[in-house]
Order: sequence, then structure tokens, then C-alpha cells
Amino acid sequence: MQPLQLSAFTVTSCLGHGLEPTLKALREKRSGLSGRRFETVTLDTWTGEVAGVDDVIIPAALSSFDCRNNRLAWLGLQGDDFLGRIRDAVARYGTERIGVFLGTSTSGMLQVEQAYRHRDPMTGALPADFNYHHTHNSFSVTNFVRQALALRGPAFVVSTACSSSAKVFGNAQRMIAAGLIDAAVVGGVDSLCLTTLYGFHSLQLLANQPCRPFDAARDGLSIGEAAAFVLLERVQQRTGNNDIYLLGVGESSDAHHMSSPHPQGLGARRAIEMALEQAALCPADVDYINLHGTATRNNDAAEALAIEALFGPDTPCSSTKGATGHTLGAAGGVEAIICALSIQHDLAPAGVNTQTLDPELHVNYLRTNRETKIDCALSNSFGFGGTNCSLLLGRMPAT
Amino acid sequence: MTLPTIFLNGIGAFGPGFDDWPSLSAMLRGEVAWSSTATQAPTPQALPAAERRRVGMSVRLALAAGFEATAHAHADPVLLASVFSSSSGDGQICDGLCETLASNDRLISPTRFHNSVHNAASGYWSIATGCMAASTSLCAHDASFAAGMLEVATQIAVTDDDHLLIAYDTPYPEPMQSCRPLYDAAGIGLVFSKHPRAQSIAALQVSLAESSVTPCPIQAMTALQTGIPAARGLPLLSVIAKQEAGAVYVQYLDPLALRIEVKPCRANC
Repeated sequence: MQPLQLSAFTVTSCLGHGLEPTLKALREKRSGLSGRRFETVTLDTWTGEVAGVDDVIIPAALSSFDCRNNRLAWLGLQGDDFLGRIRDAVARYGTERIGVFLGTSTSGMLQVEQAYRHRDPMTGALPADFNYHHTHNSFSVTNFVRQALALRGPAFVVSTACSSSAKVFGNAQRMIAAGLIDAAVVGGVDSLCLTTLYGFHSLQLLANQPCRPFDAARDGLSIGEAAAFVLLERVQQRTGNNDIYLLGVGESSDAHHMSSPHPQGLGARRAIEMALEQAALCPADVDYINLHGTATRNNDAAEALAIEALFGPDTPCSSTKGATGHTLGAAGGVEAIICALSIQHDLAPAGVNTQTLDPELHVNYLRTNRETKIDCALSNSFGFGGTNCSLLLGRMPAT
Repeated sequence: MTLPTIFLNGIGAFGPGFDDWPSLSAMLRGEVAWSSTATQAPTPQALPAAERRRVGMSVRLALAAGFEATAHAHADPVLLASVFSSSSGDGQICDGLCETLASNDRLISPTRFHNSVHNAASGYWSIATGCMAASTSLCAHDASFAAGMLEVATQIAVTDDDHLLIAYDTPYPEPMQSCRPLYDAAGIGLVFSKHPRAQSIAALQVSLAESSVTPCPIQAMTALQTGIPAARGLPLLSVIAKQEAGAVYVQYLDPLALRIEVKPCRANC
């Protein structure tokens, strides 16, 4: 598979709007998690809420798409001149040769949750202004972004829980390789809603303090929200050493359990191996691993076994979910962009919040930022249903 | 832009009035009159008992379509990469969560929560079959069937691996049903390979084109085609059932339709 160029990218999370505040927060080892309670949620937990989403006004022509998730998408698209870079791509390829493949786990779920609270007391009907197609349906976010960018190529949502927006890199890679499209907008958007907060609470997987990945006393995840967008295309021209390429994608299934990972991390290991194989790289070529690292007991233990088995105990790794929260269907996109920043700025970011490393997890988990040359970074994203995806990003295409 | 030919080796079909591919294909050929009876999906015996008890209609439907298709194709499910495509996953589960979250007691069931993910059917499929190959779960609203077909044809073009497509939908109960009326539930399973096999039924070529959609030739069944996203594939299945050659256009995203050119594999006529 030919490497693809990440020719533009932008991320908005609780760390900030765009690449610059994101990088600054990573450098400062700042977490964006807060104890402020979201909406009407009464759970004792921390969340990574993005500031200002409620104030976003989406384009008038697309007002039927108005919901928190699409507001977050629209906010995200404004970052880092991403819209301008899409216009350039349209000029190069035309609107029908650019795909849109976004990951989300809940899309506009908050919209329907609120609609159920405002049913007609007599008939039980949902409010007349509830728009199923453009807000609640999982496809809503891709539909919105495709129309907002005036694109007319192939499009869909990948909704495989927390691997969603990593897997879309594979979809784009294959469609470009097959010649159906020349470029694709990939990434993910997931926003806070009651289903995920109360859902993870019901599974006793929600921490009541900021999540602590790989900590001996880790006790669950903190949920965040984010919008991450990447323009992927065939290698255009090497503009400099800061060009970032997608080198490999690996995908697998655990075939084990709906909400627990394979205890030995076999599915995770298979995804990493497939990404390495596709990139024609070996584990020693990987300079930094951005872990899935949700901070649940089982997830971190299984992932550590997979990492140790393939890389040994030395490869620097961290989870950035202590900073961003677990942004679920957007996590793969967010963390691919964090890997891109790591490569561009020679920064292996520390995992924040973690106090005492779990001695049972035999990996080189970073608790301080490491300034080091990173030519190749691995990003892991795993999800419910035993879905696994690993991405390899690098400074130069493998030759 | 046309993708390389793929070969269809097995079909599974569950929906209103039919509970396997032989019964649906007889209806599409006009040999048996279609009558609408509520969709039934068998309990997936391949799942461990604990999991079997937990699955709802959407998972039962998807797995039934997958098992029929793989048996028809003489394919080992363990070896198949898969693409699941659905407009809304499981409507009952979504409604149940929203009901609970709108109540004074928001304690939702953990099983219902992990079954609410769009890739629940994919997860249970991999548990039931032991398949560790890549699997994805797509949504493109009414274009979900075509999105799944396009993805499968793309994956086969690039990877050479055999693939299973499962398109499935279940309706929402009220009050969601009024906002998103679906006729009933349906699940279609299709097994494909890059090269022809002894079992191959038809050769398919997939491309994108600006065109109107091909209607289902059995007029009564157009209510299914337009009323269930997974059943947008009925015109394709109709051509295959009649072992005809020809092109059909399946609903995709404005301004595009998915053009599928079908040639029967004569050995299996």
C-alpha cells in the first residue's frame, strides 16, 4: 500500500481549538478535564468538555443539522485553515473525487435524548422540530461535513465504537488505492451525551477523578469530546521535513467479548502486526506509541501485554487520554493528529494524571515529556465489540 | 471509474415474508406471491449461551443472514473479513436507552449499553465465529446498502481477501418510528471473492454513476425497497434470482447512484 500524505489536519478537544493550543497543552502537561457537570448529568465524574460548543452557529443553509455534534464538527472545521486546504484540494481533484469518511460512536445522540424529555404529554410524540435524519442518525455528521464542504464523492460514517476514527484512515487508503477517489477527509467527531456517561457508569468503568492511564490505582475512564479532521491524499510534493505520512493501517477483531478486551491483548497485537506489515516496518522502527490507554483495569493490562510482546519494555509510550479524556469515536483521529504533532515537534508527550505506574505493566510509560527525534509513531484504538485498529504515521514514506 | 469484478458466492436473506434466500428468490422470480408477514430471525445457536440471551433483533437478523450466506457459499466464516452496514442499528435498544435517560432513574442496563454500539452485530459475529479478521460497521442512512457494497468491492480490489457483507436494519418503536418510519426489519448477507469459485453465482462490477434508482420489478415489493434501507438491494437480488445479465442502480448519495453490472455464472444457472 502506498503511503498517503496528511496534507492538512486540525483537532479541537478540551485542550483547545486547533493545533497550537493542543501542542502547548501537551508541552505543559496540562489536562483539559474538568469536574464541571455536563448538561443535567449528576454523576460524580470528570469530563473533557469543549468550550463554546453551545455558541457555535452552523451555516444557515444547513440549519436542519443543528445539534451539539454538528456544532462541534463545524467548530473543528474552522481550525488551522482546514477549510482553505479543502478548497485547494477541490481545485486539484473536483468535488466528486474527494471522499468523506468520519468516525463517530453517538453522533447526535444528545439531540434525541433531549427530545425524549420533551415528548407530547398526550400522544408521546417527539417534538416537531426533532430532525432524525440530520441530527440523530449516525450518518448525520458525515452528511453535514460533506454538504458543508460542498463535496460530492463517496461518504459514510464508520461507527465501531472507540476504533471508529482510526479505521476511517483505512477506508480512505483503500478507496484511493482502488482509484475511486484522489483524496479524502477523514477523522471523527463525538460529543458528550447522557448515553455514554450513564452507560460507562453502568459498567462501573467511569472514574470519579481525572482518569489515570497505566496507574496502579487506575479506576476507569473520563469521557471527552472532540472533532478531528485530516485531509489524506497521495504524496503530492515533499514540502519539507514536517510532512507526515500514513504508513500503515492494521485492523482486527478480538472474537472474545462485547465489552472486555482479549485478556492477552491478542486482537490488539494482531492489529499492530498488520500495520507494521503493511508499512514494511519492524517494531524497532517505532519511536513512540500513543496507547489506547483508557485507564480501565482490563484495557490497560491487555494493551500492555500486546505492547510488551511486540516491542519489549523500552519503546516510549503514553496515553494522552489523561489530557483529552476518552473522546470515543473521535479518539483515533485525535490521537493520530497528536502523533503527527509528536513527529513534527520531536516530542513524545507524557501521560498526565498518572502517579504510580502499575508495576505489572511492563512498558516504558512516559510521565515526563521526552524531547526526542520521532520518525515513526504508532497509534492504537480499540473498542467495544472487540474492534481494534492501529495506525502507523511517519516523517518519511517507507522505501 | 469501475472497480474490478467481484464474484458473489452465497446469499442470506431475512425480511418480511421471507426467511431465507430460496424463499426470497422464488418471490423475486414471480413464482411465489410475496405476502407481508412480520420478519422473524432465529436465535444464533453459535453464540455462547450467556451471549445468546443478550442479543436483540438486529444482532439475530445480521447473524442469521451471515450464517446463511456463508453456508450457501461453502465459506469458512473464520476466514472472512466483513463489512456490516446499517442505517440505525437496533431501534429497540436506542428507544430503551432514551426512555430510561428521560426518566427520573437514569440507571441504564450495562448490557443494553454495550449492545447499543453500531458495531454490536459485528462484535457478536466475531464471537460466534471466532473470526479475528478485520470488520467494519458503516452507516449512510438510506444509502447504507450501497455504501456497504462499495466498501466490499473496494476492499476486495485492494486486498484480494474474501469478504462478507451484511446489510441489516430494524425499525424503531414509537415515538421514533413516526420520525423514521421503517417498513419492518431485514437482513441481507452476501459472500464475495476476487476470483470465480465453483459456487459462484454471479460476477458483479461496481461503479458510481449519476442515475435514477432501478425499481424492484415485483411492484408489491417496492414498499420493502423504499421502506427498509437494507432492502435497497432488492433490484440487485432480483437480477441474480432470475439469473439475468444487466445493470441495476442502487440508491447512494446525491448526485450518485451505485451501478452494479451483473453477469450470471453459467455453471450455477
